[in-house]
Amino acid sequence: MSTTAAPTPTPPAERVAITAAPAPRRHARPPIRAIYRWELRKLWAQKRTYLGLGSAIIIPVIFVVSLMVQHGGPDGVPFGRYVRQTGLAIPPVLLLFSSIWLLPLIVSLVAGDIVANEDGNGTLKTILTRSVDRQQIWLAKMLAAFTYALLALVLFAGVGLLLGGLRYGLHPLTSLSGTRIGVGRALLLMVASLGAYAMPLFALASIALLLSTVTRNSAAAVVGALMASLIMQLLGVISGLDFLKPYLLSTQFDAWQGLLRTPADWAPIVRSAWVSACYALPALAIGLTTFLRRDVTGG
Amino acid sequence: MSAVASAPHPIEARGLVKRYDQLTAVDHVDLTVEAGTVYGYLGPNGAGKTTSIRMLLGLITPDEGTARLFGRDPLVEGAAALDGVAGFVEAPRFYPYLSARRNLELMAALDGGDAGDRIDDALATVDLTEREDDKVKGYSHGMRQRLGIAAALLRDPRLLLLDEPTTGLDPAGMRDMRQLVRRLAADGITVLLSSHLMTEVEELCDRLAIVRSGRVIYEGGLTDLLRSTGQRYRLRTTDDRRALAVAREQPGVEDPVQRADGLAFAADETVAGELSVALVEAGVAILALVPAAASLEELFFRLTEGDGLPA
Ligand SMILES: Nc1ncnc2c1ncn2[C@@H]1O[C@H](COP(=O)(O)OP(=O)(O)OP(=O)(O)O)[C@@H](O)[C@H]1O
Ligand SMILES: [Mg+2]
Repeated sequence: MSTTAAPTPTPPAERVAITAAPAPRRHARPPIRAIYRWELRKLWAQKRTYLGLGSAIIIPVIFVVSLMVQHGGPDGVPFGRYVRQTGLAIPPVLLLFSSIWLLPLIVSLVAGDIVANEDGNGTLKTILTRSVDRQQIWLAKMLAAFTYALLALVLFAGVGLLLGGLRYGLHPLTSLSGTRIGVGRALLLMVASLGAYAMPLFALASIALLLSTVTRNSAAAVVGALMASLIMQLLGVISGLDFLKPYLLSTQFDAWQGLLRTPADWAPIVRSAWVSACYALPALAIGLTTFLRRDVTGG
Repeated sequence: MSAVASAPHPIEARGLVKRYDQLTAVDHVDLTVEAGTVYGYLGPNGAGKTTSIRMLLGLITPDEGTARLFGRDPLVEGAAALDGVAGFVEAPRFYPYLSARRNLELMAALDGGDAGDRIDDALATVDLTEREDDKVKGYSHGMRQRLGIAAALLRDPRLLLLDEPTTGLDPAGMRDMRQLVRRLAADGITVLLSSHLMTEVEELCDRLAIVRSGRVIYEGGLTDLLRSTGQRYRLRTTDDRRALAVAREQPGVEDPVQRADGLAFAADETVAGELSVALVEAGVAILALVPAAASLEELFFRLTEGDGLPA
């Protein structure tokens, strides 16, 4: 058994075994990038991912088709008047509708599942006995959840723009201040708007991640995050609680509209940035520390 | 000598305690596993075997005590403490929606280094090459168990922690699993194997710890265990009930029990002789008095169900 002879005089028999198996050498941790890539592949292999992305595609299709078959509306929403004049007006209207529950639902569906799923499958013990540290796993999951949220958002707006553009053409857009915005500039502003919209969406994903980590139960985390989002909207429409409104996450989903004014109104964007951060950072911090400390039982 | 003496043991646990509410699942467990041994961790259901191995792997935090693998504490060093260590607790779990190969690719990615190059070999070793593209969802218990071993082998381990690897396997599966463990041990891999089967530990292990209700009640070699329990005798008489009463009264007779085929007790030779005289005096005729090699299985039951080691 002992192929490695000790350098010193023949060791006693019971020592031979010890010299035969030196402590294994240390090796480098795999980079977060590698774990992140596998988190995406796992998402790619799961049905709920397609459920979310599928809705992000189908809803804009239904919206454009409904514009084609009916005449009036949508009334009373910014850009609602222009949806049949330019495809550029369609994504903003979609964004206004979707912040109520659609995108929060799509995002919670995955972010609320991404940690709890490992509990459900019992795979947490499997991946935590490899060569990666717990924070690497959790951060990779966070990045994957954010990536998915961004992808859903881009698909959602992109499909709306594509279909709207095909049906109504891409013509200049009338801003919220009544000025005309050229097509090129409008497209740029659209991208910026999605960026602004992503901030509260990431914050919501962070809350879902926290719930996913703490509850260890996918359904509870998905429903919990969606509830949090709906409750904030409810608080936002109670007239006695007006003072709360600027600090609610739901309010931040409208901040992007500041970009579609002339001149652009940055105040809501800046506020959205820090309010979203105020929701996201504590949620992420608590989620991560919970994950670092928790006992991995079951499975 | 110094380099040899200071090489840290593959496993060194000191005073491990884990409590769940009122229940102490693991109660001050000390465990030292030297390199090159196949170490049995034996105990009945609920003895705390899985909980101990979880602590060794850093999956759960001990309430007291420390665990070191090759001198590294998983609570301090995180995943780095598991370099060269592999294994699983309870049934190995994988992503049901991925194929076996994909699962192993994922594990290899989390291992880093050249783990990916070992996938083919690992699948072949556990005889799953044919089914590698099937989703794990459709795998039988035995196949999952084998995949668990394959996943462990990707890490090219120096130390394997196996929690009841043969549980739920059919006889052929058990035989294959034991053969595999023996082969890995022959390659110089240190193995900690938990089990509730004494026969399995007897077949595979050089040393063992027997645990009951979270406490280690025996630690040492198998032969020492047999020796420590004294000579056992089997006794058949004309009146076993009476004989049992006599045996209980006789000083030096340990652990007399009634069996289907007569009585059994532990005693040294002189005491056995004295007992035979006492039986005759009590009017009980001896039909047979034979020294019996204590089976380990029997020992195990006595240790884990009785009050501990006989004196
Ligand atoms: N997460 C937990 N919460 C509460 N009690 C637990 C938990 N994990 C284990 N226990 C308790 O700790 C004790 C030891 O459990 P453990 O799973 O370690 O036993 P075991 O020796 O592996 O048993 P088995 O042979 O059945 O696998 C049991 O009484 C069990 O109920
Ligand atoms: Mg167990």
